[in-house]
Amino acid sequence: MTTLPTTTSAKKLGLVIDLDTCVGCHACVVSCKGWNTENYGAPLSDQDPYGSDPSGTFLNRVHSYEVQPETGPAQLIHFPKSCLHCEDAPCVTVCPTGASYKRAEDGIVLVNEDACIGCGLCAWACPYGAREMDQAAGVMKKCTLCVDRIYNENLPEEDRVPSCVRTCPSGARHFGDLGDETSEVSQLVASRGGMDLMPELGTKPVNKYLPPRPKDVPADLDILAPYLEPVSGTQKGFLGWLDKALEKL
Amino acid sequence: MGFEEPKLNLSPKVSDEIRKTTCYMCACRCGINVHMKEGKVAYIEGNRDHPVNKGVLCAKGSAGIMQVNAPSRLRAPLKRVGPRGSGAFEEISWDEALQLAQDWLEPVHKENPEKLAFFTGRDQSQSFTSFWAQGFGTPNYAAHGGFCSVNMAAGGIYTMGGAFWEFGQPDWERTKLFMLFGVAEDHDSNPIKMGLGRLKERGAKVIGVNPIRTGYNAISDEWVGITPGTDGLFILSLVHLLLKAGKVDLNYLAQLTNAPALVDSTEGPNKGMLLRGADGKLLVIDRKTRKPVAFDTKGIMPDLAATYEGHRTVFQHLAERYLSDDYAPENIAERCGISADRIRAIAADLARVAFDEAFELDQPWTDFRGNKYDKMIGRPVSFHAMRGVSAHSNGFQTCRSLHLLQIILGTVEVPGGFRFKPPYPKPVSAHPKPHCKVTPGAALDGPHLGYVQGPDDLCLKEDGSAARIDKAYTWENPMSAHGLMHMVISNAHAGDPYKIDVLFMYMANMSWNSSMNSGGVMEMLTDKDENGDYVIPKIIYSDAYSSEMVAYADLIVPDTTYLERHDCISLLDRPICEAGGAADSIRWPVVEPDRDVRGFQSVLVDLGARLGLKGFVNDDGSAKYEDYADYIVNHERRPGVGPLIGFRGETGQEEGRGAPNPDQMQAYIDNGGFYEIHVPEGAEYYKPWNEAYQDWAVKIGIYDAPQPYIFDIYSEPMRRFQLAAEGYGERQPPEHLRAQIKQTLDPLPMWYAPFEDGAVDVEEFPIHALTQRPMAMYHSWGTQNAWLRQIHGQNPLFVPTKIWQANGFVEGDWARVTSAHGSIVVPVAHMAALNENTVWTWNAIGKRKGAWALDEAAPEATKGFLLNHLIHELQPPKGDGLRWSNSDPVTGQAAWFDLRVKIEKAKQQSESTPRFEPITSPVGMGPGELEWKVSK
Amino acid sequence: MHPAGSVILFTVASGLGFGMLTWLGLGLPDARGWVAFFNYALAFALAGGGLLASTFHLGNPQRFLKAFSQWRSSWLSREGCLAVACLLVMGVFALGAVFYDAAWQPLGYVGAALSVLTVFATSMIYAQLKTVPRWNHWSTPVLFLALSLGGGGLLAGQVGPAIGLLFLAGAMQLFAWLSGDGRFQERGTDIGTATGLGVRGIVRAFEPPHTGNNYLLKEMVHQVGRKHAVKLRMMAFALMIVAPLVLLMISSSVLMICLAVSCHALGTFAQRWLFFAEAEHVVGLYYGKR
Repeated sequence: MTTLPTTTSAKKLGLVIDLDTCVGCHACVVSCKGWNTENYGAPLSDQDPYGSDPSGTFLNRVHSYEVQPETGPAQLIHFPKSCLHCEDAPCVTVCPTGASYKRAEDGIVLVNEDACIGCGLCAWACPYGAREMDQAAGVMKKCTLCVDRIYNENLPEEDRVPSCVRTCPSGARHFGDLGDETSEVSQLVASRGGMDLMPELGTKPVNKYLPPRPKDVPADLDILAPYLEPVSGTQKGFLGWLDKALEKL
Repeated sequence: MGFEEPKLNLSPKVSDEIRKTTCYMCACRCGINVHMKEGKVAYIEGNRDHPVNKGVLCAKGSAGIMQVNAPSRLRAPLKRVGPRGSGAFEEISWDEALQLAQDWLEPVHKENPEKLAFFTGRDQSQSFTSFWAQGFGTPNYAAHGGFCSVNMAAGGIYTMGGAFWEFGQPDWERTKLFMLFGVAEDHDSNPIKMGLGRLKERGAKVIGVNPIRTGYNAISDEWVGITPGTDGLFILSLVHLLLKAGKVDLNYLAQLTNAPALVDSTEGPNKGMLLRGADGKLLVIDRKTRKPVAFDTKGIMPDLAATYEGHRTVFQHLAERYLSDDYAPENIAERCGISADRIRAIAADLARVAFDEAFELDQPWTDFRGNKYDKMIGRPVSFHAMRGVSAHSNGFQTCRSLHLLQIILGTVEVPGGFRFKPPYPKPVSAHPKPHCKVTPGAALDGPHLGYVQGPDDLCLKEDGSAARIDKAYTWENPMSAHGLMHMVISNAHAGDPYKIDVLFMYMANMSWNSSMNSGGVMEMLTDKDENGDYVIPKIIYSDAYSSEMVAYADLIVPDTTYLERHDCISLLDRPICEAGGAADSIRWPVVEPDRDVRGFQSVLVDLGARLGLKGFVNDDGSAKYEDYADYIVNHERRPGVGPLIGFRGETGQEEGRGAPNPDQMQAYIDNGGFYEIHVPEGAEYYKPWNEAYQDWAVKIGIYDAPQPYIFDIYSEPMRRFQLAAEGYGERQPPEHLRAQIKQTLDPLPMWYAPFEDGAVDVEEFPIHALTQRPMAMYHSWGTQNAWLRQIHGQNPLFVPTKIWQANGFVEGDWARVTSAHGSIVVPVAHMAALNENTVWTWNAIGKRKGAWALDEAAPEATKGFLLNHLIHELQPPKGDGLRWSNSDPVTGQAAWFDLRVKIEKAKQQSESTPRFEPITSPVGMGPGELEWKVSK
Repeated sequence: MHPAGSVILFTVASGLGFGMLTWLGLGLPDARGWVAFFNYALAFALAGGGLLASTFHLGNPQRFLKAFSQWRSSWLSREGCLAVACLLVMGVFALGAVFYDAAWQPLGYVGAALSVLTVFATSMIYAQLKTVPRWNHWSTPVLFLALSLGGGGLLAGQVGPAIGLLFLAGAMQLFAWLSGDGRFQERGTDIGTATGLGVRGIVRAFEPPHTGNNYLLKEMVHQVGRKHAVKLRMMAFALMIVAPLVLLMISSSVLMICLAVSCHALGTFAQRWLFFAEAEHVVGLYYGKR
């Protein structure tokens, strides 16, 4: 049954997304579309792709938000979002067929498309909008964490990461085992204050977001001499300084 | 009922084969791995070994698969059968198409080659297409640089022998403070993102200077939402503060720039020129001997403070100018939209990092004077800039100002600073000069484009009129190093400077987003004379896709997509090198075209042979090259130097220089599609002056002899034009241009208000209007990609809070936006992280109905819009009876971003205006659903 | 949430059908022969037809059998199992009533219980969703059950209890609307917690991730105009609750009952449309919508 695995393994594979670094280029969005159209399950289809109301299945989308702090200019933050592979994944337990499941081995949440009736309830249960019903295949699609890449012996070892991570030009996406405190991703989360989305819903997402660093904060200035001190108030004085400075060279 | 997890195949076969080639989804030119299944393209990812992208790939690159299957691909040569602009064509054979082109071009070549205007848009084979044009004998050749970023390129080359993007890059690994000016999320795509990622990893600081806080500016630690067109003023204020505080690298300025050169103060034809010795070398005063010596004398200490017989150094002129209170932060703050305190804080930050955080690398090196050093001094401040600062009528001087700032901080070509990418650094003097001498039936006397040194190098006819159809290298814009593609059609239409017979274009969407005043251009292209003939008689166009421009041509020679062709990204052209190495790459047909199309360059090879052009036929008149691939391998520009640097020589063992190797193309394919030669140790920094670098550059064929030089803070070529404007010399500018030349060709960087500010009532048009390219779409470069158009399928006008509230806008509203030239009605959206007097939109999302195989009701064609309709190629009339070009007066770069508008709420509309009649699609419309999976 | 016709039809019809079956199972009325035949035919048509309608919104209905497998964890699976069990049990019970003039009452009680549980399971499909605060409340199953039993009671001719249940449903409906309107906010999930950026300042959605449409927006972000919603609520309430009560108070003739049932069913369709259309999914926050 698609209750969540009772013996949760220590391994929790997931992504850490650095909001301080993401420039919002959508590289991850399209790389994901490409890989998952050709690989796991049904292709990610597009409806009316050249028409007046184009739409399609994407497993990863990059939002953007403006934040107006109390002081200082507004900030713009690019925000990639895909399945968070929650520890307490509501999308799994609602599934009537067992198509939706969380792998006991590594915590990846997957849809077995052969068993999916396309009822859409798992998408309703997901707070994050991580699941999209493919309109051509009638089955639920979601991020697989590229389960067909990360263990794939046909790929060189360094490529055994999700396609979004491999392609991200700014290195804003990190993949690893968040169940292992010593892993690089866990260390990043610890040092940068990685956060959960909608923690109040109790889904316990595995994926973490690194918040943007403080912005538009003036550099630590010496209060007594906050800015550059002129060498002289006059042109002549400047030339005098210059002469002395050149002597020292 | 227990639940058993399904058994997954965790190691599915990824592909049958990986074919490595070069991306062409934008101008970034990343290496890609094209995964093939059953002979079809199944998946595209970045090539980890490639010097440009090191494995990463942007959204466009990954969407390449939708480019190869695009329904908008042209299928066969087309001959116009309806009126121009209607889109009515018939398919013809290649024999017929080539015969037609030959029939049109042959008489032009034989009788008057200048009657051909050949402009190649976003061409990545300019060294080849220019070679063809040179063989044809027309002076009328350029690519799209003139309406893109020539200010950036020319400003850099005239100042320091290189510029941003293809010319250089920050020292990403060592920079601690990075300042980004006017980079609209495009140039260059992946390397900047990768570099920013490296900075962020280390917690280095990024300052973004841009009216709009998206993309790279969104992740900047500090955002400076500057008023458009005032970057130069802001930069010079920083220069002012740094100078005033003595926070300048005096040793760097004295040794490596022309700051210690002496400016002739004698009234007369040499006033303002730099003093030279009998051997023509610049003179400087050696502080040890107090005597004038050649600047490159070993062991001297050039004196920045010297005065020699009344002639003062460049540095003193510079200090005098920039210490002036005109540049005090308090006096420019309002104009720039940045507080004086903020400017001071940034100057202090720059000084702190450049000087207090300076470091040394234990790397001995020898300079061009023969002086030896044990260490390299690093100053970890770097800059990058692009179109945002350059696409203004003051862009050239702004770019020079930015380089001045870099140079006084001593951060160019030092560790932690800005580094050139081979084949740069390359001084102005090592670049060719422009050529325009036309001989019927023969080749042009030299390359079209180059760098003028003064009035003698202008492209003028005997009577003083422009030799080129775009009026490049004339007094209106004397240093127009990339030509003025945006003026070609309007000049040809006006017959000014002369009429042409054939307009031949490639990858340039001139009847839409690549022109200012798009509607006007459509009219010019379709206008007829009193005899009922088209004013521009014949138009040949090559494109791979059904773009808006297709409808305006008489003959279409359809190109292939980038995965179906041979190409070379050559060091002779716009290279893909990184600071640490010289590199070039190829494209090869990883799939064969499934249509009757041919690579445009191969078509030129064929036409060149048919027309008997120099360089395209053997002595016996037979075709010299079979196709473009044959040219790439066998062409030699100079003995031993060809388009590609790798696998040269008969055995394929030589690099840089060597005889053509017939197996070179296969060797590149086997090597992943590229070749890289690393800069040797000790040559990585101080390249313009570093003996080790210079010798290496000669060895691999970049130069034929070492070309060390010092930076031109003070530009003598500019001063020569000023002197002419002051009445000296034989070639004299027309009277109406004297004042403009005197003002704008100042040999020291300066700032003046963008021309539009003077040409329109700034009270009536108080708002600046800009465009940016989205990172995920490179406007009408390719097709309306099925995946990418879902991301950017329509574009609102983004409006800052102040204007939003003042107009009472709510989400879903429309606005009328009016400039001095025109008016559009478009959807608006609110944006807070935006300069309060600036509106903007994504560039070229708007499409013409009937183009790109899209439904006529597509959002691009209904809600999408272009700002181009508001911009004219000429400034509004000033009442002096003249029409002044809406371009930079130095280089002729199109001043897209000078635009001023007013905005008012409009009624809800179903479609943006202006609206144009649909064009008949020569390729029909795309399918209703896509499920693109190669292996079922 | 998108008010899909198939799901509205499913919940309304099956609610009425299973409600009616509950009464029939309890032996209220204890019909036999042809009367029983028509009663059961109607109840089965509503319950079964509703279930059938629910398959119209499935992407791959041919795999429906798999939906009976996850009853231990999934309310949807439970609903399917319970519905089938109920229909089987009540089918046998109906056989007795129609053909054997027998009321195998223990079977009827089991069937009635299964009917109630089926409706409860249906309601729990919605009530369990933390992502839709309006639904995620005990009032959802109470309302579903009251409406099912009330409407079913009308169909079964149980006027007295039906009136009581309709009163309960009416009160519950008002409570659900009033308390539901503020629940999204009460739960504390907003664009700030959705993005984790709320601590930095006021968060506003800027550009959508795609200008093109997507499944999430079509399925889960449905905005009803406020004025429009108030009107519809009044209409739904009037038809679903007020009209039947008024009609039945005037007379409880068969004609009146028929009229009352029709009003109630129509009202319930409107109510159910609103149930979906007014329900806001937290995912809308990511799109700056609710």
